[in-house]
Amino acid sequence: MMDNAIAWIFIFPLFGSVLCALLGMVKREACWYIAVISMAGSFLAGAVTLIQASGSPSHVVSYVLGGWSLDSYPRGVGIEFRADLLGALITLVVLGVGLLVSIYSKLPVEEETPDKEPLFYSLFLLQVTGLAGICLTGDAFNLYVLIEVAALTGYGLIAMGSNRAAAATFNYVILGTIGASLYLLGVGYVYITTGTLNMVGIHDAIVASVVTEKNLADSASMQVAFVLICLGILIKMAFFPFHAWLPNAYCHAPTTTSSLLAPLVTKVMIYVMIRVVLTVFGVEFSFDSTLWAEILPWLVVVAIVSAAIMALAQREIKRMLAYLIVAEVGYMVGGIWVYNYYGMIGSIFHVISDACMTLCLFLGAGLILRKCKTTNFDGLRGLFSKMPLTMTGFFIGGFSIIGLPPTCGFFSKWYLITGAMVSERWEYLVALLFSTMVMVVLFFRLIERIHLAVSESGENLGKGHGDLGLTEEQTRFSEGPLSMLIPLLLAAAVVLVIGIYNQDVVNQIETFLENLPHEAELPKEAVSK
Amino acid sequence: MTDPRIIEDVRPFLSFVIPLIGVLGIVWAGERHKNLRETFTFMAAFAQAAVVLSMIPEVLGGVIFEYQIWQVFTNVPLLLRVDGPGLLFASVASVLWIATTLYAIGYMRGLHEHAQTRFYSFFAISLSATMGVAFSANLLTIYFFYEMLSVSTFPLVTHMQDKSARTGGRTYLGYLLFTSLCLLLPALSWCYVWLEGGQVAMDFMGDDGKVGAFGSTTQIILLLLFTFGFAKAGIMPFHSWLPGAMVAPTPVSALLHAVAVVKVGVFCLYRVYADVFGFDVLRSLDGEDWMIALACATILISSLIALSQDNLKRRLAFSTIGQLGYVALGVTLATQNGAGGSVLHIAMHACGKITLFFCAGAIFVATGKKYVSELRGLGRKMPITMGAFMIGSLSVIGLPPLGGFVSKWYLALGALDRDAVWVVVVLLISSLLNVFYLLPVAVTAFFRTDETDEDSGIKEAPWTCVLPLALTALGCFALFFLSAPLLRLAGIAQ
Repeated sequence: MMDNAIAWIFIFPLFGSVLCALLGMVKREACWYIAVISMAGSFLAGAVTLIQASGSPSHVVSYVLGGWSLDSYPRGVGIEFRADLLGALITLVVLGVGLLVSIYSKLPVEEETPDKEPLFYSLFLLQVTGLAGICLTGDAFNLYVLIEVAALTGYGLIAMGSNRAAAATFNYVILGTIGASLYLLGVGYVYITTGTLNMVGIHDAIVASVVTEKNLADSASMQVAFVLICLGILIKMAFFPFHAWLPNAYCHAPTTTSSLLAPLVTKVMIYVMIRVVLTVFGVEFSFDSTLWAEILPWLVVVAIVSAAIMALAQREIKRMLAYLIVAEVGYMVGGIWVYNYYGMIGSIFHVISDACMTLCLFLGAGLILRKCKTTNFDGLRGLFSKMPLTMTGFFIGGFSIIGLPPTCGFFSKWYLITGAMVSERWEYLVALLFSTMVMVVLFFRLIERIHLAVSESGENLGKGHGDLGLTEEQTRFSEGPLSMLIPLLLAAAVVLVIGIYNQDVVNQIETFLENLPHEAELPKEAVSK
Repeated sequence: MTDPRIIEDVRPFLSFVIPLIGVLGIVWAGERHKNLRETFTFMAAFAQAAVVLSMIPEVLGGVIFEYQIWQVFTNVPLLLRVDGPGLLFASVASVLWIATTLYAIGYMRGLHEHAQTRFYSFFAISLSATMGVAFSANLLTIYFFYEMLSVSTFPLVTHMQDKSARTGGRTYLGYLLFTSLCLLLPALSWCYVWLEGGQVAMDFMGDDGKVGAFGSTTQIILLLLFTFGFAKAGIMPFHSWLPGAMVAPTPVSALLHAVAVVKVGVFCLYRVYADVFGFDVLRSLDGEDWMIALACATILISSLIALSQDNLKRRLAFSTIGQLGYVALGVTLATQNGAGGSVLHIAMHACGKITLFFCAGAIFVATGKKYVSELRGLGRKMPITMGAFMIGSLSVIGLPPLGGFVSKWYLALGALDRDAVWVVVVLLISSLLNVFYLLPVAVTAFFRTDETDEDSGIKEAPWTCVLPLALTALGCFALFFLSAPLLRLAGIAQ
């Protein structure tokens, strides 16, 4: 069973999902248990896979599903799951988030989508299957299939939300489909040119062609393929200005859905971009062959700054967080395209830490929403005394987004800044710092609104001496239920632990970067003094 | 000095952790058991002071303590190290915490303040962070604790939770986080990426002049980033947060905004100037004169502003900015006497200024008065308080036999070592300005009588307020007569 750990990652949620749909017809209450158990099993399998990957000499665990090996006919079409350290790390994050959210979901799902538990949980588990699959697959076409699995289940999960969720979902469907189609188109070009769909196979073909007359790095079709794939991924990850689907989708979705999708979907698509750049096309092709590497860093700057400004204009927690995610997407894309070792570490690490801190924030926002019936800034006064634990968890996530030590957000931002420095991408550095300041404003404004007895326009609301102008009822200690609180606090603890033990995570990332195929290397040294 | 022996010791870490443990006790006791809660604060304060002071004999004997908390980055650990200047700063802060705790009990209970548990908790966390800064061994460690201090003092500054608290808190955090995130962080990253010898060079020990490898323009940019990045040092134009922070309860203004927080700022400057740049590199730097001029300008301008302030606490705040300018001046002079004088001034000014703030708070508790113009005739009714105010003023002005004289003396010596006579002139003018804005307060209180109400029943504040301020006033004398070990800690005398 240990040898097949990768397969178990999928078996648990996939069959859990079917079981939910079937057993749910008889006994609805069982669904939550099935979801939690499958997520826990899957998480364990993910941990085993990571240990196997870091233990094996090549730092890769490969698993060919159902004998669809590369050598069988037609050549280059197989179902290979390939867990290198990067894939295994991100998978573990996906499964960890899934596990915490599944525990958290018991009450919100009962309350927000009554009688739909079987449907909800089977989509939930399929969603996690899709996301984990994206992180582990070694095949460019399978990747497309899994992206669609994740997307389709995501549409379903979002549409179960409030009245306006349907419109938001429709928007998401359109943009998501365009993104996925562009990606598929790109994969088509690649298949025609290289004759394989296997990621490592594609890369081998590109490298092998360099010495021949028909250098694939110069071929127009490969370059078009690369740009199409990148464009598709950018749309799927809500990179500004393709972000329009995201805020509405996450705001009108049920609490559980937004807690699951917000930390994962955009981050997993960043992972896909890293995978495409490093494993599929390779470092040299990605950064040297196309104009892309010159254009994107500037788009990143625009993306970060505009998303940060839009976040500033929001008056509602979930919407504000949604725009923060868009800004963070800019961070990570920038980290990839500054084109050096530190930037790449920063980007990968930020995928991990951003998933954890966004999880914190959305779980916290869900608790607030449940207690206050609103996440509008005006309804939050006095929450520090009412829900101190929730607020602690929420603001640990917030401080991590700002990048205050010792949270993990500080360390990933540190590597991103260092990356910007090494490549002398000053415009990216300035954008990072600008959005950092915006985040300081966002979260401390929130603290002000909760902590102080002052209205937004600056009138005193209380009678002084800490009087918040609320009744005793409104400020009395009243925490959310434990089934929701514990996942939040665990997530907050993870944010701190990853921060404190960031060396261990970074070591794994470094091992991955040092074992890139064909000994490709990212520049490490600074260009000048 | 002979080569220091480096000994691994847990005490620096203890001095950092003890207040955090104290917080657990404080929160557990809560509002229901007030006396127990204050006992926990006292226990933490005394334990911290004991741990810190116990290191003095050995450090004087040439020992350096180290304790590694954990490995943050490859080659850059979160490392605590105790040397003379750090220990001097830590001792002052931890001893004054005891006095402030006693004072805070009188002040907070006297005014029936709310949320005292929160107050004492964050107070303890701030002191923990202060110890961390004092004992930091490299730039990264110092940055960690610096940020911890910024955030943990925010609830103290906004304690009143009203409109003025919001304004003060916004200015406070806006300045401190803007500078630390946008100026300091890039500077750190710059050092991390480009310093010769890789990341090890962020350590404060070892070769001075690590940045000597950079071109002079880069050096100047780095120097500016660091100087303004540590905005807690209050160098103009990043000083406005300090008067803004005066909306906090007086114990906060006294310990944090006259001793811990602001001194953390100048102490960081000391570390950067002395141990990252090194004095040789600094002196050879072209633009370095401008830094001295900047410090002098800060001293003079803030003193002039202080003259015009009627609100006593604001006047003291601007005085603090000026005095921080002295410390910054000492390190920018880049001479041994100047830097030693700076470190000494951290201690001397701390004792004098905390006395002044204690007095301002005691006056407020006893009479509710905040403005200098209201103090007429108060000397007769509150003789101990106003007497202590007089002593504190004289110490800040720098007259013997009070502590403030010693440090100013060495600052002047440091200026003369560089043949910068004009700096001495600035020091003299500034001392004169100190006289103009500090002495009238005590003089008005003692020698002007208030005709309107002869006997309004005003008397001294509760003894818990008066005792600490009397003690710190006596401390100003003590620092003068017991300055020998301080000089050795500051690295001036052998």
